[in-house]
Amino acid sequence: MSISAAFFAIIRRDLLLAFRRRAEAANPLFFFVLVVTLFPLAVGAQPHLLQSMAPGVIWVSALLAALLSLDAMFRSDFDDGSLEQLLLSPYPLTVLVLGKIIAHWLVTGLPLLLVAPLLADFLGLPAQAMGTLWLTLIIATPLLSLIGAVGVALTVGLRRGGMILSLLVLPLYVPVLIFASGAVDRAAGGLAADAQLDILLAMLLAALVLAPLPVSAALKMSVN
Amino acid sequence: MSVIPAVVNRFFHQTASPPYFYALAERLAPWLTGVFLLLLAAGLYGGLYLAPSDYQQGESYRIIYIHVPAAWMSLFVYVLMAVMAGIALVWRMKLAEVMLIASAPIGAGFTFIALVTGSLWGKPMWGAWWVWDARLTFELILLFQYLGIVSLYGAIEDRRAAARAVSILALVGVVNVPVIHYSVEWWSTLHQGPTITKLDKPSIHVSMLIPLLLMAVAFKFYYLIAVLQNARLELLKREATSQWVKNLLEKTA
Repeated sequence: MSISAAFFAIIRRDLLLAFRRRAEAANPLFFFVLVVTLFPLAVGAQPHLLQSMAPGVIWVSALLAALLSLDAMFRSDFDDGSLEQLLLSPYPLTVLVLGKIIAHWLVTGLPLLLVAPLLADFLGLPAQAMGTLWLTLIIATPLLSLIGAVGVALTVGLRRGGMILSLLVLPLYVPVLIFASGAVDRAAGGLAADAQLDILLAMLLAALVLAPLPVSAALKMSVN
Repeated sequence: MSVIPAVVNRFFHQTASPPYFYALAERLAPWLTGVFLLLLAAGLYGGLYLAPSDYQQGESYRIIYIHVPAAWMSLFVYVLMAVMAGIALVWRMKLAEVMLIASAPIGAGFTFIALVTGSLWGKPMWGAWWVWDARLTFELILLFQYLGIVSLYGAIEDRRAAARAVSILALVGVVNVPVIHYSVEWWSTLHQGPTITKLDKPSIHVSMLIPLLLMAVAFKFYYLIAVLQNARLELLKREATSQWVKNLLEKTA
């Protein structure tokens, strides 16, 4: 089997596993919607306030949803030993890990795009910002999965890694949050958001190349 | 390997051995403390007594003699940790792991001091204890990164595995530091511009600059003292079952 075949086999396997557990796959989505719903309840339902907060609220919620779903990335593989098999396989671990991250994003990140219009409408985000919101979600949610994978790989061996995971990962998410919500904010104000989108794209490309390296090193350490 | 002179090579191999390092750190401690106290006294005297007061900020600017060196150290220690993380990952050098672990709480301490002194200075200057300004926010995130390293090390029981995990995290963190720095800068800037790093002509008077640099060097020495103490303790904990620690305990008992 060539490297690319192994890469796609990993993605197919993970997608199949996620498909068999459909109910679980929907959870990050519900969580995303739920957190956004909490904001108007907490800060009051003034349309202007909500509208100005909308980009930030949507992005913080997306970030939390991504964070919550991270733990599932390697957990079951770690428990049932398939992670060890991955480490022992003759293919480069970085490629296999990238496959796992992409599969994880397809299951947990991509569906966020589906509910984004609903949430934008909830919070009164102007229609002109919708395209930018989608673009930021497409570019930046894989970034969240890639960066988060480092944290998960470091903590997968721990029994209670949840709190530590968020402490490790959230500081690294700061640039993504800044540029993504900044882009949506500018678009909502009728300004061009190209610069922010370009930087997000650059970060995504860098992370695609670089992130699998520490992830595989950390997995080797965790499985040990 | 041949490019490295034999003397340097021998120094590295000797220092990397835990008993040798332990004894060396013990012998260095009084000297380092002496130099630190001298520099500290000179820096404080120059900064608090000799330096004129600022025409805008009055006396309250004098907190920079603590604030700025601490803020420099917060970054310096992080970069140093990343270097040691690289050494620990590539050469599996035990001592680099120990120094990395020993540095993390000290770096967190410097970051915390920078934040607290900045906030004390901000109250009279900006009228608020906390302002969401780029550099303050950056320091806060840096503090979280330090805390993440400390708590990750605490969470993994096997010390060697924990050290590997922390090394990976420190390297990932150091790649992120400039990204976070510039993104936060982009996001908001209220903090006064850099006054010292401007290469052409620093906008700080020499009589204020010299004590500041003295303090910065003093802080470096303080870090050395603290990190060596911490590393000795960590070595004792790790090597509790080895012969040299037993000998040491018998000698002191």
